[in-house]
Amino acid sequence: MQLYEHTAFELSRMLQSGEVSSVEVVRSFLERIDEVDPHLKAFITQTPVTALDTAGEIDNRRMRGEVLHPLAGVPVAVKDNISTIDLRTTCASRILEDYIPPFDATAAAAIKSAGMPILGKTNLDEFAMGSSTENSAFFPTRNPWDPELVPGGSSGGSVVAVATGMAPLALGSDTGGSIRQPASLCGVTGLRPTYGRVSRYGLIAFASSLDQIGVVSLNAVDSALLMNLIAGYDPLDSTSLPDAVPDYTAGLEPGLNGLRVGVIRYSSTKGFDPEVTETVQKAASLLEEHGAEVGEVSLSLTDYGLSAYYLIAPSEASSNLGRYDGIRYGFSADGGNIEAMFSRTRGEGFGPEVKRRIMIGTYALSAGYYDAYYLKAMKVRTLIRREYEEAFKKYDVLLGAASPTPAFKIGEKADDPLQMYLSDVCNITDSLAGVPSLAVPGGFHSSGLPLGLQLTARPLQEHLLLKTARFFEENRKQAPLRPSLDYVEGGKRQQ
Amino acid sequence: MPVDFGKEVDYVARLARLALEPEEKTRLAGQLSDILETARRIQELDTAGVEPTSHVTELPALLREDKVRPSLPLNRVLQNVPQREKGFVKVPQITSPELEQEK
Repeated sequence: MQLYEHTAFELSRMLQSGEVSSVEVVRSFLERIDEVDPHLKAFITQTPVTALDTAGEIDNRRMRGEVLHPLAGVPVAVKDNISTIDLRTTCASRILEDYIPPFDATAAAAIKSAGMPILGKTNLDEFAMGSSTENSAFFPTRNPWDPELVPGGSSGGSVVAVATGMAPLALGSDTGGSIRQPASLCGVTGLRPTYGRVSRYGLIAFASSLDQIGVVSLNAVDSALLMNLIAGYDPLDSTSLPDAVPDYTAGLEPGLNGLRVGVIRYSSTKGFDPEVTETVQKAASLLEEHGAEVGEVSLSLTDYGLSAYYLIAPSEASSNLGRYDGIRYGFSADGGNIEAMFSRTRGEGFGPEVKRRIMIGTYALSAGYYDAYYLKAMKVRTLIRREYEEAFKKYDVLLGAASPTPAFKIGEKADDPLQMYLSDVCNITDSLAGVPSLAVPGGFHSSGLPLGLQLTARPLQEHLLLKTARFFEENRKQAPLRPSLDYVEGGKRQQ
Repeated sequence: MPVDFGKEVDYVARLARLALEPEEKTRLAGQLSDILETARRIQELDTAGVEPTSHVTELPALLREDKVRPSLPLNRVLQNVPQREKGFVKVPQITSPELEQEK
């Protein structure tokens, strides 16, 4: 077994026992990146030199007998919308192509202070706007199960890196499904924590009331390890929650007795692959067999949630992205008066999806439309929160699909934004409600592609999601756990 | 009721300070009409008396003490500025006779 095939937990154990050095571990992942990434394009920037430097330093400190963090020496990949000091952070946008942050995001600083070597910055849909990673201004990322398919998005790079052993763990961000939907399409675990649980400081803003940094991993234990490191109050983010951070690795032992699980009955399953619905039903039966109390819960506002989201998120984006004016940072177009310069900078610097969202948001916030669109959408958000509060009176965990379909073809939805938006339909209401939500592999489609389950809990109940995810991992009967990557071994490079 | 975005594109693009090519405008007008028509479905819901949710945390607005604290050095703050001079950010001329005439 190669080192890159291990989980973060196993690597942590091996490093602590002295069985391997961090330099050996990092070398194994770097070699894997060299072999696989040319085919799948998960990374925008690779940082092998600093990763090896950090690894060497951790090995020395360990040899000196220093007490280190359990994840010290375990490498990690970071989505390229999370600021890293002196390391280019592009948001997969031309407008930030050469942007070098003068500070670290709080989550990035936490990773560094624990001694986790950063392998590089991963690809995403431009400014995290998209569900396929095709909206990257640089290149699309490919699905490791079939390179003709999308990996999902926007955290496609982070998810592909973890799915293929290019990184044992990765940071992603989730605004309306950007961790959970790609995790589902690539067969890994993706956690969107409670809004405010992980500091957003240094996460380049898309929609501030929805954006949340989260974890991409191979299993629940690895998620718990990284959550222990990045969760918590941050004076630099006034929306971060002051509540004490539990040890997320505690309480993961088996046993579901008394756990009340509500299986989501959607108001419409139009556009759902029947095998997705079947997978959710099978998962519900499995929970019941093992002692959970399983019932049904109706989330009747899901479709309205999608409509509300596609007003609220673009409205916040149109305001947040006002800062890209070519004056303080980023791409700057030449000449003309100040308004022409602003407009040309933005017209040339932003890609089509970002422009679409800025236009929707600007329209929804403009005089005469504010009440009918933005204000109305915020009221619908209140109705959605109430629906969740009702559901959580009866249930501890909600179970549904993490994506209505398995992965789709590159280009299939690229010219049809509405169809693309519908691929987040399972994920969006959890985001609007601000509750924690996790995607875990649930089985395989008859086409051989992975299908994900989505678990949702009350605010700050991440441990219940991790415990339930762990249950599914231990009862997983279907192989394989990892894509085969025949096309890599065959040496044929994708264009 | 379909939303006709065709007439609005120029106005909204100006508000957003986005220079768009003619073919971009045509494509956007169609796509935005479709998206907004779907978005308008929320009008079917009765929200009389419902408070809007702008944020999900129920935290009070937090203000820190008004005290000077160390911040980034000036060269760090300015390191990404496309045009700078003597520690200042250079901006295009904001007022000029031609600009006044345009108004």
